Amino acid sequence: MQDATTLKEYRKQLREALENDFQRQALDNFAVAYRTSRANAFADIDAPELIAEIAAAKDESIGRLEELFQEFKRHAEAAGTKVHLAATAHEANEIIARIGKENNVKTIVKSKSMTAEETHLNDHLEAQGFEVTETDLGEWIIQLRHEGPTHMVMPAIHLSRYQVADLFSEVTHKQQDVDIQKLVKVARRELRPKFCQADMGISGANFAIAATGTIGLITNEGNGRLTTTLPRVHVALAGVDKLMPTLHDALRIIRCLPKNATGQAITSYVTWITGTVPCEPSPGGTKVKHVVFLDNGRLAMARDPEFKQVLRCIRCGACANVCPIYRLVGGHKYGHIYIGAIGLVATYFFHGREKAKNLVQNCLNCGACKAVCAAGIDLPTLIKEVHARIQDEEGHPLYSTAVGQVLKNRKLFHTMLKSARLLQKPVTGGTPYLRHLPMFLFKDQDFRALPAVADEAFRDKWERIKPRVADAKLKVALFSGCVQDFVYPEQMEAAVAVIASKQGVAMEYPMGQSCCGLPLQMMGEKQAGRELAAHNMNAIDAQDFDYIVTMCASCASYLKHGYKRLFADDPAMAYKAAQFAHRVIDFSSFVRDVLGIADESFTGPSKKVTYHAPCHLCRGLGVTEAPRALLGEAGLEYVPAAEEDVCCGFGGTFSVKFPELSRELLGKKLANLKATGATAMATDCPGCIMQIRGGFEAEKTPFEVRHVAEYLAERLKHK
Amino acid sequence: MTTPNLVEQLTTKAGLVSATVRCVASMDEAMAYVADVCVGKEACQILASGCDAPLSGTAEALCETKQDKIICAPEMPEDAMAALSAQCAERGVKLITSGMRSYLGGIDIGLTMAAAGIAETGTVVVRSTNEEVRLASMIAEIHIAVLPASAIVADSYALEPRLVEWMGQPDFTAFVTGPSRTADIERVLALGVHGPLELHILILEDK
Ligand code: SF4
Ligand code: SF4
Repeated sequence: MQDATTLKEYRKQLREALENDFQRQALDNFAVAYRTSRANAFADIDAPELIAEIAAAKDESIGRLEELFQEFKRHAEAAGTKVHLAATAHEANEIIARIGKENNVKTIVKSKSMTAEETHLNDHLEAQGFEVTETDLGEWIIQLRHEGPTHMVMPAIHLSRYQVADLFSEVTHKQQDVDIQKLVKVARRELRPKFCQADMGISGANFAIAATGTIGLITNEGNGRLTTTLPRVHVALAGVDKLMPTLHDALRIIRCLPKNATGQAITSYVTWITGTVPCEPSPGGTKVKHVVFLDNGRLAMARDPEFKQVLRCIRCGACANVCPIYRLVGGHKYGHIYIGAIGLVATYFFHGREKAKNLVQNCLNCGACKAVCAAGIDLPTLIKEVHARIQDEEGHPLYSTAVGQVLKNRKLFHTMLKSARLLQKPVTGGTPYLRHLPMFLFKDQDFRALPAVADEAFRDKWERIKPRVADAKLKVALFSGCVQDFVYPEQMEAAVAVIASKQGVAMEYPMGQSCCGLPLQMMGEKQAGRELAAHNMNAIDAQDFDYIVTMCASCASYLKHGYKRLFADDPAMAYKAAQFAHRVIDFSSFVRDVLGIADESFTGPSKKVTYHAPCHLCRGLGVTEAPRALLGEAGLEYVPAAEEDVCCGFGGTFSVKFPELSRELLGKKLANLKATGATAMATDCPGCIMQIRGGFEAEKTPFEVRHVAEYLAERLKHK
Repeated sequence: MTTPNLVEQLTTKAGLVSATVRCVASMDEAMAYVADVCVGKEACQILASGCDAPLSGTAEALCETKQDKIICAPEMPEDAMAALSAQCAERGVKLITSGMRSYLGGIDIGLTMAAAGIAETGTVVVRSTNEEVRLASMIAEIHIAVLPASAIVADSYALEPRLVEWMGQPDFTAFVTGPSRTADIERVLALGVHGPLELHILILEDK
């Protein structure tokens, strides 16, 4: 449960989490194992298609939750169930406590419910004198430890068997063996009497089917079945977003949820309960049953064009499983109640700005969560959107506004970059890196060497190096992005050489272009970002070109997808943005797929080269083959690295804000690259190059880190 | 897909989640199997796998409630009951069809009829609106489900019309796929948390 009040305090907590060796090992193991088990589980199923179907069906339900609630209520009540709608978390807790009192309940058993975690139901019930026992093994463990879950599906993943054995020894007042199989049986035996004695069972509901008033529960342990069967009263608590029209909608989700959660084909139990069923100890021999739906802002969210997607979530936890940051710091520091990417978004809505404001900044925008989301939610974008909303509500930090002002004024920004070249002289020591940095300015940044600004920007070289093409068949605009323009102009020059090796391609470098605007998006400066995007679309008139080629994966992905989103509410600009986006292409795809440059263009001895897949290329644009294939075409031996598509930890402004996390991610990346046995690496993004090259430089490992374009250019037959 | 393929697929998939699957030619054979399993198992499997672990007083007390070997077989068809009663009488096993609430500490075997099987996931579908059926399949250490081969369908969608029909009145239906399981401690798989430690599926060949 992340609850730091300042960013500084949050960072301190993160540093502590990084020192939890057991948790880090456990999460590392899980992250690696999860990849394989998820892939195996979906081997016979078209996962993207299933996810798209789930998303579409959820969207349809989200549009008519109130109507579905009425339909559910009608059918459930006809079958004997009482149905409630609670406007707030407090109201839901009150309703449940009242049901307990009306039925003379003393003891309660619970099966797992994230919604009950959301409302802090246990605290409320205990304060009213009820005895509440969690019965899911993981939930019971954390209840005994008085802490919250660290994963939505595996709540106690942060704990070791030793910790559990100690805890169970305390609970049973007998020494317990450190043997997982035995510990599980201890829980079975200790919890069985709780089930037998309980007056009331509280469950969640994964599905609430309007057509029949049925709830569906998925569990593995069987505690959900006992919770809903043994006690005389059963209350199910579910978010209104769990309402769906038909059984088919639920069956569809079941095809995906366990596979996406842990790679399991289906959970041991799927339980469908309709109305009130026989229950011996209940008055009249029939169960007293209530379903409480929680609104807590969901119905309003369902009307928010941007955020209604959040309600698609089926709580599979996959967005945490793949998140590089979750893997480092665990769920207590990567969520308040809801954990992982969805937690970063949901916290703001369900638990407020205070709980969300630090948390929401802790995102690399790497897109790993979006790529696996069972409901196709655009999580990274929503995270940035929450950040922007919080800044709009609380006021923007000074530095953030200042950066916004500078970036949207191209002349000012570029003048500043150029003067940096002169100012940096004392700190470069004649090398291409910034050395002897004034440490108070760059505290915690020493894990990588930062590059110096180049002597001459690409834009200033352009007129000299521009290839003259007589009979142009293709007209191409080059978009450099700031880093390649001012720091790594040699990458642009290499790209120009490669493209020029094909006849008939006329290149232009529109001088008015500026920063793509992604840094502003990362900082939550949405308005300045819009102005900058409009500026760039003006500077590069899309109509004049067949393609807009960029060598920077992050720029490419932002120009292609980000601009359209920025102007979604402005039809004229949206049209322009769509035309622009349509022409944007990354360097490797352009060279291989459009120009068809292949092996006959290259010469030179082979060598081993490994690869880093930039987040914004492999997930942002879905480009995976072109760069790897090009290395082969150029006669290089491509050696795959482990976790090639895991973020290097740069994340633009992220690495400045959370250097301790950036350092760890970079460390993993360098280790994986070194393990290939190669001493050279190619990639498609200057930001990744800055991070990775700087990392090798800081640890003094000789390792060549260059853009794909540079490897191709140096091997061209005809230069 | 023809029935033999569905039987095969269900057998494979159920095997992957640690269920035991047998094909039986008749109800008599099925009941003989049930009695064999009961006689062959340890008196209290929890004892074997956890009772040597020291327990608190209340948990210990609950364990005391069970002395004999017990099979609970609620809502089984008449021919099955005739065969099973004979087997149980002969082999000294207590057979009950109700009163499960007196045995919440555990029974040896819960025997149920499956209403359907789902080949794709190796699942048996147990209609358990009757509380005795529900408890027998939850409380027993071994759950044995008799599944007529003709009741196996390809996937959950194929079962949808029947499920919807059941949901037209108060109903409790369960998809059961393998025994109860957890991976909550260090992600290590452990079978038999709150529900059965074993699931046996007896596929009853069509006449
Ligand atoms: S974008 Fe990357 S860092 Fe951000 S929440 Fe998703 S997986 Fe985590
Ligand atoms: S946001 Fe997507 S991936 Fe994350 S828990 Fe929800 S459905 Fe699963």
